[in-house]
Amino acid sequence: MTKKAKGGSIRQSSIRRWAPLFICPVFVAFCIGFVWPFIQGIYLSFCNFKLVSKATFVGLDNYVQALADASFAHSFWYTAATAIVSLVLINVIAFAVAYALTQNLKGSNIFRTIFFMPNLIGGIVLGYIWSMIFDGILQAYSTSILLDSTLGFWGLIILMCWQQIGYMMIIYIAGLQAVPEDMIEAAKIDGATKLQTLFKVIIPNVMPSITICTFLSLTNGFKLFDQNLALTGGLPFIIQPDGGTINTTEMLALNIYNTFYTSGAATRGVAQAKAVLFFVLVAGLGLAQLAYTRKREVQQ
Amino acid sequence: MKAITRRSFLAGVASAATVAGLAACSNGSGSKAASDGARKGKVYWLNFKPELDTTAQSLAKKYMEKYPDVKVKVVTAASGTYEQTLTSEMDKDDAPTLFVIGNRAALKEWGSYAMDLKDTELVKAQNTDEYNLKDGNKVVAAGYCYECYGICVNDELLEKAGHSKDDIKDFASLKKVVEDIHSRASELGFDAFAATDLDGASAWRVTGHLANLEYFYEEKKAGSTWTECPKTITGEYLPNYKNLFDLAINNSTVAPETLATGGHDPETEFAQGKAAFIFSGSFGYADIKDTVKKTSCIPYYCGVQGEEKAGLNCGTENCWAVNDNASEEDKKATLDFALWLVTDGEAAKDMVDALGVLPFTGAPEGTNPYLNNAADLASKGNYTMDWATNFQPNVDTYRAALVSALNSYTGDQSEANWGAFKTAFVDGWANNYGKTSA
Repeated sequence: MTKKAKGGSIRQSSIRRWAPLFICPVFVAFCIGFVWPFIQGIYLSFCNFKLVSKATFVGLDNYVQALADASFAHSFWYTAATAIVSLVLINVIAFAVAYALTQNLKGSNIFRTIFFMPNLIGGIVLGYIWSMIFDGILQAYSTSILLDSTLGFWGLIILMCWQQIGYMMIIYIAGLQAVPEDMIEAAKIDGATKLQTLFKVIIPNVMPSITICTFLSLTNGFKLFDQNLALTGGLPFIIQPDGGTINTTEMLALNIYNTFYTSGAATRGVAQAKAVLFFVLVAGLGLAQLAYTRKREVQQ
Repeated sequence: MKAITRRSFLAGVASAATVAGLAACSNGSGSKAASDGARKGKVYWLNFKPELDTTAQSLAKKYMEKYPDVKVKVVTAASGTYEQTLTSEMDKDDAPTLFVIGNRAALKEWGSYAMDLKDTELVKAQNTDEYNLKDGNKVVAAGYCYECYGICVNDELLEKAGHSKDDIKDFASLKKVVEDIHSRASELGFDAFAATDLDGASAWRVTGHLANLEYFYEEKKAGSTWTECPKTITGEYLPNYKNLFDLAINNSTVAPETLATGGHDPETEFAQGKAAFIFSGSFGYADIKDTVKKTSCIPYYCGVQGEEKAGLNCGTENCWAVNDNASEEDKKATLDFALWLVTDGEAAKDMVDALGVLPFTGAPEGTNPYLNNAADLASKGNYTMDWATNFQPNVDTYRAALVSALNSYTGDQSEANWGAFKTAFVDGWANNYGKTSA
């Protein structure tokens, strides 16, 4: 054995020996901050509880109630519609803006900064600001974003686009800049039109950016909470003949929150069950979408 | 002579130290502590009223200076988040020892965490038990202040418009005055009602307070006050609710269609003399007292028979409960502290300034004119309208539905929209009752 190799193996074995010491703090933090609450959360979804430390096991009752809840079903479809519409709009517009800003325009750096800025504002603040803007306009037509669920829907879409386009744009710009110049030049020499270059060369090459952006906007759409709370808070409601309500612009996360906090202790377990279903849904959708777009990525 | 051994020397030193220690206890600050049964322990007051926070913090500090062995912590839950804060705080080792159980729903939720206050000095010091929350014989929470609400009037503006508060005796006379002021608003420079906003900051005026008239008259007709949440209500007096609600929104500083969005700040409109009437009460007085010099509170006149003998809506959501799971020492410290807040001369004065009234023997006289109006009316034999509204089941959800229905109604005052409100009001009650008692 050479001297060098011997030295290397000593180093490796000492890394191996001390590794647990270095991994330990992060692992403990991960367990405290994620693994344990996650397991407890799942356990609580099978319980009736007021305080989390005093829970009684009730089996699948909570899941049965959650799935039978008309407002939960409504908020699921509403969330799905919001997520899909915003996914398409955000990504198409963000890509278009990114494409425009990589064409050596004058002042493109300033535009990039400005487009990115809305993303720095918190959701609650944004919701209130936009509700004022919308109502300022809608007042002229004697209506309000709180009176019409269609207005509420598009209001939320505009808000989400305004907030997220800048962020996705940055990711697309990075992707576009990584497309090899020689490929585009080769396409040009071969006589490809601008449109052909875009669809046959550029888009396949920025597929990794598209994967990440669609993943982010899909999960963001599903998990949206504070903007929803501040913009409409679920209003308007449909008052059902039995006196119950369907909150027409309530998304899943807000529905879970309202179930947890506004019905006293009676429905906390149900809210927890909804939260677990919500997790499974978001995780499942996210993974499926990743698998789908990954297949379309090309090797450079 | 016997040699002093090490052991006997130590014993001597120890006994000398003990004597010195006892002597030290019997003078100075020690004597106060001894006479008060040596106050010590921890008090954690989870305060419910944001407007009391400054006073509460400074009184806690004063108390700790007086009794250094007692540690007092005051935390005030942000407006509208008491339930959430209480839920998370009660789960901690260092849970609140003094907290608020304000209504029947909270009693159901938290009653088992509260000790029985029946034989405590705190309850004995009260001059009325009307505002206590009881569960059978157990006094779960002790009312430490009460409030009243109705229609607050700016008397000066009323006089300027050529009317007097004494002209208003029932709904018909109220309507006459209100409609007259509204019709001459541009000439007078002020309008009748301040904006009855339906946003989060203001909707309680109508979904909580004004709604009380409906529940109260149902109670009155049945001949007994509710002691627990009824399963259903009839909505028989909703037309009366509508009378007053319509009057307020159609004779106001703002157009009814703009109420859903809100953002008008009715309190400021009233404080600045832009409106002569507002749905408010004793709690709102602090914000307007600097600008509105002559003001009074009149009952909800809504067209019910015999309403000339109506009084104000009086009640409270401010009731102290003591955490039964705290240690005996901390429970005692908490009760001592609470008693001190309402009976110590200086402390009680600060409390009255912040709360308007303290229902405890020997507490300073209140300076809140609305509370005085309430007392005047009661002493004339008018019936006080109790807070039946506190029984609203699943209150946040129930009220949210009322807001949504009223939003539509203020946008378009059609029969269909009023019908939806009626459904939310009456059937929503039963529906939410079912949800919470499931």
